[in-house]
Amino acid sequence: MSERQGPRRQHYLNATWGLKSWLLTKDHKRIAILYLLGITVFFFIGGLFAVLIRLELATPAGDMVQPDTYNRLFTMHGVMMIFFFLIPSIPAVLGNFLIPLMIGAKDLAFPKLNLASWYIYMLGGSFALWAMFNGGVDTGWTFYTPFSTTFSNSYVIATALGIFILGFSSILTGLNFVVTIHRMRAPGLTWFRLPLFVWAQYATSLIQILGTPVLAVTILLVAAERLLHIGIFDPALGGDPVLFQHLFWFYSHPAVYIMVLPSMGVISELITAFARKRIFGYQFVAFASIAIAVLGFLVWGHHMFVSSQSVYAGVVFSFLSMFVAVPSAVKVFNWTATLYQGSISWDTPMLYALGFIGLFTIGGLTGVMLSTLGIDIHVHDTYFVVAHFHYIMVGGAIMGYLGGLHFWWPKITGRLYPVFWSKLSALMIFVGFNLTFFPQFLLGYMGMPRRYHAYPEEFQVLNVMSSAGATILGVGYLIPMIYFVWSMRYGERASSNPWGAVGLEWETTSPPPSHNFLEPPTVDHEAYDYVRRAQEQRVA
Amino acid sequence: MISDAKPDRQTWGLDHQFDSVDQQRESSFLGMWIFLVTEIMFFGGLFATYIVYRGQNTDGFVAGSHELDITLGAVNTAVLIGSSLTMALAVWAAQTDRRKATVWFILATILLGGVFLGVKVVEYGAKFEHHLVPGPEFHWPGPEKTESVQMFFNLYFLMTGLHALHMIIGIGILAVLAWLAWRGVFSASNHNLVEGVGLYWHFVDIVWIFLFPLLYLLGRSG
Ligand SMILES: [Cu+2]
Repeated sequence: MSERQGPRRQHYLNATWGLKSWLLTKDHKRIAILYLLGITVFFFIGGLFAVLIRLELATPAGDMVQPDTYNRLFTMHGVMMIFFFLIPSIPAVLGNFLIPLMIGAKDLAFPKLNLASWYIYMLGGSFALWAMFNGGVDTGWTFYTPFSTTFSNSYVIATALGIFILGFSSILTGLNFVVTIHRMRAPGLTWFRLPLFVWAQYATSLIQILGTPVLAVTILLVAAERLLHIGIFDPALGGDPVLFQHLFWFYSHPAVYIMVLPSMGVISELITAFARKRIFGYQFVAFASIAIAVLGFLVWGHHMFVSSQSVYAGVVFSFLSMFVAVPSAVKVFNWTATLYQGSISWDTPMLYALGFIGLFTIGGLTGVMLSTLGIDIHVHDTYFVVAHFHYIMVGGAIMGYLGGLHFWWPKITGRLYPVFWSKLSALMIFVGFNLTFFPQFLLGYMGMPRRYHAYPEEFQVLNVMSSAGATILGVGYLIPMIYFVWSMRYGERASSNPWGAVGLEWETTSPPPSHNFLEPPTVDHEAYDYVRRAQEQRVA
Repeated sequence: MISDAKPDRQTWGLDHQFDSVDQQRESSFLGMWIFLVTEIMFFGGLFATYIVYRGQNTDGFVAGSHELDITLGAVNTAVLIGSSLTMALAVWAAQTDRRKATVWFILATILLGGVFLGVKVVEYGAKFEHHLVPGPEFHWPGPEKTESVQMFFNLYFLMTGLHALHMIIGIGILAVLAWLAWRGVFSASNHNLVEGVGLYWHFVDIVWIFLFPLLYLLGRSG
């Protein structure tokens, strides 16, 4: 393949010019960039709410905002981060960009649908932003009834409608990926030769397809009760509020895996590339993704251990929740085994990957603690739970997202970013994250409940630590933002394969041409075949 | 530059991302089936809600279902099954290059869909007259708890309403399809769209096949 990097080489970024060529593009790579812009905006809005929360919690007294405002702050933080940032993040940006490249296809199976998904995402986001500028929502991101349907005086329906619309985007992206992975693989690229990122995206897509419609119908029922004042979940009108929780968590527990499975896929790519080894136990890692997706649908009841669910159901849900740890641990052990005797290099993406393994392990193990009935009842609705899910969603999902972005940035833009700053920010994110959230485990264990804007004096030291950590974390997130933008103009030009990694995406130029490959690729070897690559290099 | 290549039967209507007509065809069907799976999950949430509340308010639900017009429900079931037949015939006509027949069968499907919706309007109207529409006007004279019966009608209107919405969307799509068929877009080698819409229409029918016994028949014998 041509290595010519002259300024006139045609690629997807310079194939056409102008705003229209972007807004009407059907190229999966450009749509990925559109998503990247959208979700970055929502990430910073969600982050802004986090800043305000941590500022308020720096002192025990509720002295910065009113309690009602505080309710809106943590709700908008959750809604923006979960629905508009984390759920689309890796699938819509990295998945969109990489799946056709990794499987040797010219595009996704349905390019127009892919563009439509982006517009649907932006439309849903606009609803949520409109609600936010008008005063926001105060129900918590969980929208528990009957508060959300009967008592809340905030923009529940506008926000919920935004999430409903967003759901279509999520479903259509999942549908597009599943069809693409089934039908568009290059000749010779069998299922067990696929990169594990593709397996992880496939499993994620299954959850998006099966779970999201249930959230959609739940939102419709909430809207019907709130708008028409008919009884569906409000016990005063003959409804059952626990049914809402069942329906909500039937989607929202698997949604955690929508966030973290793609991240695990990224980690498999990073670990192999920077240990220069084939992954240990390929099939186990691949099937672990599917197992997590399937088991994820059977554990929603662990959110209702204290909500009048029968004890027997609680025991079953408790056991099944612990069982999810098995495929998760398979992944962690296999990554670690891959590192063993690898020739490890410490490039920025690898720092994120190693950070992910550590943080995800802590998040996962505290998850097992929470799935135990007795412990859950003790720490229910405390900062212990908050710390746990931030270890999974921030320590897991966002570390994977940033690691992936740093790994494929040269492919996406054709530019390299500054090594020093990227390593510094990776370190800051790791340190800042732990300083923010580890104290919250202790706070929760000591009994500090979540969602209050004031707390007793004895909790202040740990809360100040948490706020200080959040500051470091915030700066750590801003630095990549700056050097990524900088690199697009001033960064050194990247070769087609700056990491020396294997995988079809590295065999085309950086950035790739509009139709991805100059000649249609064929595959005749296993994934992560670094031995073969080393031999080829020796021959060359 | 004018290309002198004639539109090739093998590649006509082939989108750039696909290598062959077969690949495109298989992809569009797989996509359609996955979409229908999401619809099953969507209605599945409603069915689950119905089952839970039926368990909690059994006598209210039985009393409520006695208020539904079983004759109109049965007629509508027959109408919808008939529309599935005409839809299947439309697909067959498209596959066998019968342009006019395709148009007529699609129009017949639209007509039967319209009849179904008309009957539904009549049924809804009767509920308004009998104060069986949930809300402040709702009135239940019987011995069962008002909330229980009202819950039945909440779900009756939500489920049949969402089903009717799917019918209306389906009729809109069929209208476009009829126009495309009239213009001769479809042929023996290019009828993926007709088959895809057909799958959607059959799915909407099947939802009704579940709604009818659940809402009209269950508890009648008791
Ligand atoms: Cu959960």
